[in-house]
Amino acid sequence: MSKENGFLIILILLLALLPLSESRFYLFLGTDILIMGLFAVSLNLLLGYTGLVCFGQGAFFGVGAYTYTLLIKKISLSFPLAFIAAPVGGAIAALIIGFFCIQRTKIYFAMLTLAFSQIVWAIVFKWNSLTGGDNGIIGIPFPQHLDSPTRFYYFTLAVVVLSFYILRKTVSSPFGRILTTIRENPERTEFIGIHVKHFQLLAFVISGAFSAVAGALFAILNHSIFPDLLYWPQSAEVLIMTLLGGMYSFFGPLAGAAVILYLRMLVTSYTQYWPLIMGTILALILFFFPGGIVGFLKERRIFHGGGG
Amino acid sequence: MLTAQNLKKSFDGFVATNGVSFTIQKGELVSIIGPNGAGKTTLFNLITGHIPLDAGTVKFKRIDITRMASYRICRLGMGRSFQRTNIFPRLTVFQNIQAALLAHKGKSLTFFKPVDSFFREETEEILERVGLKEYAETTGGSLSYGFQKQIELGIALASEPELLLLDEPTAGMSAQETHQTIDLIGKITREKGLTLLFTEHDMEVVFSISQRIMVLHQGRLIAEGTPEEIRRNPEVQKVYLGEGR
Amino acid sequence: MTFPDPSFLFIQCLSGLTYAMFLFLIASGLSLIFGVLGVLNFAHGSFYMLGAYLTYQFASYFMNAPGQFWWAAIFGALSVGVIGGLIERLFLRRLYIREELNQLLFTYALVMLISDFAKIIWGTGQLSISRPPILKGAVKILDQYFPEYNIFIIILGPCIALLFWFIFHRTRWGRIIRAAALDREMVGSLGINVDRLFTIVFIIGSWLAGLGGALVAPIAAIVPGMDVEIIINVFIVVVIGGLGSFWGTLLGSLILGQVISFGILVLPRLSMVFIYILMAAVLILRPWGLLGKPLHR
Repeated sequence: MSKENGFLIILILLLALLPLSESRFYLFLGTDILIMGLFAVSLNLLLGYTGLVCFGQGAFFGVGAYTYTLLIKKISLSFPLAFIAAPVGGAIAALIIGFFCIQRTKIYFAMLTLAFSQIVWAIVFKWNSLTGGDNGIIGIPFPQHLDSPTRFYYFTLAVVVLSFYILRKTVSSPFGRILTTIRENPERTEFIGIHVKHFQLLAFVISGAFSAVAGALFAILNHSIFPDLLYWPQSAEVLIMTLLGGMYSFFGPLAGAAVILYLRMLVTSYTQYWPLIMGTILALILFFFPGGIVGFLKERRIFHGGGG
Repeated sequence: MLTAQNLKKSFDGFVATNGVSFTIQKGELVSIIGPNGAGKTTLFNLITGHIPLDAGTVKFKRIDITRMASYRICRLGMGRSFQRTNIFPRLTVFQNIQAALLAHKGKSLTFFKPVDSFFREETEEILERVGLKEYAETTGGSLSYGFQKQIELGIALASEPELLLLDEPTAGMSAQETHQTIDLIGKITREKGLTLLFTEHDMEVVFSISQRIMVLHQGRLIAEGTPEEIRRNPEVQKVYLGEGR
Repeated sequence: MTFPDPSFLFIQCLSGLTYAMFLFLIASGLSLIFGVLGVLNFAHGSFYMLGAYLTYQFASYFMNAPGQFWWAAIFGALSVGVIGGLIERLFLRRLYIREELNQLLFTYALVMLISDFAKIIWGTGQLSISRPPILKGAVKILDQYFPEYNIFIIILGPCIALLFWFIFHRTRWGRIIRAAALDREMVGSLGINVDRLFTIVFIIGSWLAGLGGALVAPIAAIVPGMDVEIIINVFIVVVIGGLGSFWGTLLGSLILGQVISFGILVLPRLSMVFIYILMAAVLILRPWGLLGKPLHR
């Protein structure tokens, strides 16, 4: 078994042991990190692997959260169906939004993702009768057989591990390799016979679906959701997690999520000026650690490097 | 193999291509020459579908490719290298070539098999051909310009084209590198029976391997013929007064 | 629904115009910076907010001095220009050689930093300053009242537009800036110090945003969050008008000003969604906006 796979197995085992710490606090934090880690890794499929700078990933996260919640609360759909509906909703949203966004490139693409995520936010925000608008939706219960933080933690761990497995397979496949060529040079990729837009759209759909899964998990964990999940600073936060962890590695964004959430917990217990810290971290990454944590560690030869 | 008729293209009022027509037969080695700004790269871009034509038609293997998307033209059997090197910088040389093979062999939409196992032999064969075997695991972007051009050639070849369009393949190379590249191109073209259309500034190269030369000036073809005919053509001499090596 | 009173409509129109002028000031700064430096400055709303806060601060220094507000506004806007210049010179400049995403994200980091710095210095409460004495009153239009200060803003906007038009088209530096917006490298090879040019442009751009903030101080609540609130609307303006187009920015501001002003009345729930759909539509169909030129950026 390769060194990396061995390391991963150990990590999963350690994570599985977390509930033994008997701390509700760390259990919550652990679940949160797994969820945001999934969110960040799914964003990275677009950002790090395909080279698409998406400022509106929060839209898919929010769509997942609201789809699940509304199905559970408004029509009392069974948990398995409602949970599956989340990534389906995310995929559809990504299909529509992605289709329009990929018509343009670079800065215009980024602004389009921003515009669309704001459209989704505005719809959620204003459609009071459906979404509760600004008041959000509260009182989202744990699903029937997962009705304790520990059980939900294990469920989240299982879902996230499975999702990572699928995503990992995807990026290591020929499809994933083509995504990186699109990132490196879309023009050249076009002229090795690839319909670049199709691939970008596929990446969007996959990314959106998994972000939506993260959103649904988030809704259950917090027992409530609010429109600001979809407001653009939320999208910016996950972008920072991805960059902090390292956008050219697969697990980097997970590490980034862990660091950011842990730091946030520490900082907010002392001061309200968490944005200040986050801004500083972001600036430090940009100036001194462009490869993020994983990039930094790779340079120090703690990990073996591996191509794009 | 390739027929262009009355190609026209303007950018914001500036006429880059002004009614260019020509035919290229299978197996020919044709070069396009012309002073800077004559419109050579634009012409290539028009043929390969990178920029849309204002007027005119292009037929490749009797198929009308005038409005076809670049990726489909490529799949029909046209390969191309670009003037400013266009490779995948953060991927290794091996991965650069392999990617082109993945696309060409229709494996690009495979999701669940690890990519490293695909087409190892074929990739190594191409690397061998373009002389990059020892650099297989080096990152493309870290290599020198000359090597990157070889990677370019490798990528173009991986698509198993029937017609190869090379945009200034020896630009920026030393005399030795130029000779090596030209020998390589000549050898591959003969071995694979490729049709070759290339643009060049280096007159020595042009006159040594072209079977036919077309001269472009201000967006129009002003002369066409064998190297001897072109050398003696007074119009061409006028245009090139003082130019060339 | 009874047809609304024409004078009421006219006042709404004027309100829209007033808001448009503020949008124009900030947006033209953003557009200028984008046009020449290629950087989409997320922190432009923060500069606007700083302009307001600093004007408040200076106003409290110039307590009861004659022309208190005017001096405060001048110093406030200038300070923002200086701060912008320092940021560009010391930090942003180091990111030019990297990919554009880095610069964009740095400006976002600035948003977070400036926002919290403002909270640390001025607290989270709402601040305000009063309008200057000469413009304290209101004018009677038809049978409604409209503040004199707002009329001043409506007149000032086009004046500043004209001033900048003059600078861009009739002065040497203006022409250099326009040339740089079209082709940075070319300008550099003409012997012009591109680094210094970038800093100057960034100073002017941030000064414009600061001016917007300074002028809005007497009539709006100076409060954290005004940076985030305005920047999205500013983005919409530059998208509609055309990133990098000066007159486009004015046009975009006027359009958005009216849409917001009347949207709130006519279709409050849909107008917000509509604005973002408009932004997306322009980006998809005509990304260079109404008056911009198709650029290969």
